[in-house]
Amino acid sequence: MPQTLISGDRTTVLAGATSEGDALWVPVGDLEPASGWTLKPEGACRGEECVPIPRGQESLFVRPGLFNLAALAGYLGQPVVHDARRNAWVIGESAGRRAAGLDSLEAPDFTLPDLQGNLHSLHDYRGKKVFLVSWASW
Amino acid sequence: MWQALYQELEGKGFVVIAVALESRGAEAARPWIEAAKATYPCLVDATHIVAERYGMVNVPIGVWIDEAGTIVRPPEPAGTTDSFRAMDRQTFALSAEARADLRNARASYVAALRDWAERGAASKFALSPEEVRRRMAPPDEAKARATACFRMGEYLHAVGFEGDARAYFDEATRLHPQNWAFRRQAWNLEDPMKAGGKEFWAAVDALGDGHYYDPVEMPAVQP
Repeated sequence: MPQTLISGDRTTVLAGATSEGDALWVPVGDLEPASGWTLKPEGACRGEECVPIPRGQESLFVRPGLFNLAALAGYLGQPVVHDARRNAWVIGESAGRRAAGLDSLEAPDFTLPDLQGNLHSLHDYRGKKVFLVSWASW
Repeated sequence: MWQALYQELEGKGFVVIAVALESRGAEAARPWIEAAKATYPCLVDATHIVAERYGMVNVPIGVWIDEAGTIVRPPEPAGTTDSFRAMDRQTFALSAEARADLRNARASYVAALRDWAERGAASKFALSPEEVRRRMAPPDEAKARATACFRMGEYLHAVGFEGDARAYFDEATRLHPQNWAFRRQAWNLEDPMKAGGKEFWAAVDALGDGHYYDPVEMPAVQP
């Protein structure tokens, strides 16, 4: 059964993924586009970060051609929410990573559209004093 | 809402970026944005991702970011207070006293923004790194999980499983009750009138002496 994965800015339907209890087995080729992770000899890597697969637990993480993304998320302290009925998964950001980011006081970057669909990123406004303000129709 | 201030200060290297937290997407935000005739960027955040990254739990919440991309004031209510709680719930009328309080809060906040736009780091309203950290509500596991539950609720609602979505919205509120953006957005998705209806007022009343908008710690501006 295809699984829908929501992670960061991305929502991806994984046609070749399977769900088994707490495990989300993702075809290795789908990992990078869906989650940003790639498998390398040193472990699971994303950008500068590489996470070695815990020794002795390889079978929880890796099967031929498949990787258990939910196990990695759990290992990294990321919240995993799984709706088995609708085959949907949310993998969030860990509190630790969010806290470290905020502690640096570096304003988290983001990219969002305006009404015309033009994308704006915070970093486009570097060099200006930015007053970022939320509002809502509700 | 911020257009006059932006026009006054844009020549001073100051920009407003307004972010609509709007799970219904751009079309739901459009009438308000068009009515505001804003010339600063008005962005639509259909998954509340900016709120998550900054720890914004309500609207309007402001964050000040300097020229180097450093936070100099963490998320705080942008010129508003709890005075709205005294509103007459049939007529939406506010007492003169409540109106004056809201006017003052707004005027103080705008004056502080103006001071910062003009003086930059020398403004007393631009906080030290220690002070920014002290005022920032730290993320924790419950909040991180609440956000993931909210995202699941948004997704299920968007693909037509409104009933399934509700359990995740409820769980998000249980895990992070201070997050009014989650609560009100979930009510709004159910029924646009509900976010300001009796459920909303009951939840506000349940705060008792607790705050809906935390008071802003801000020194007075010298006239």
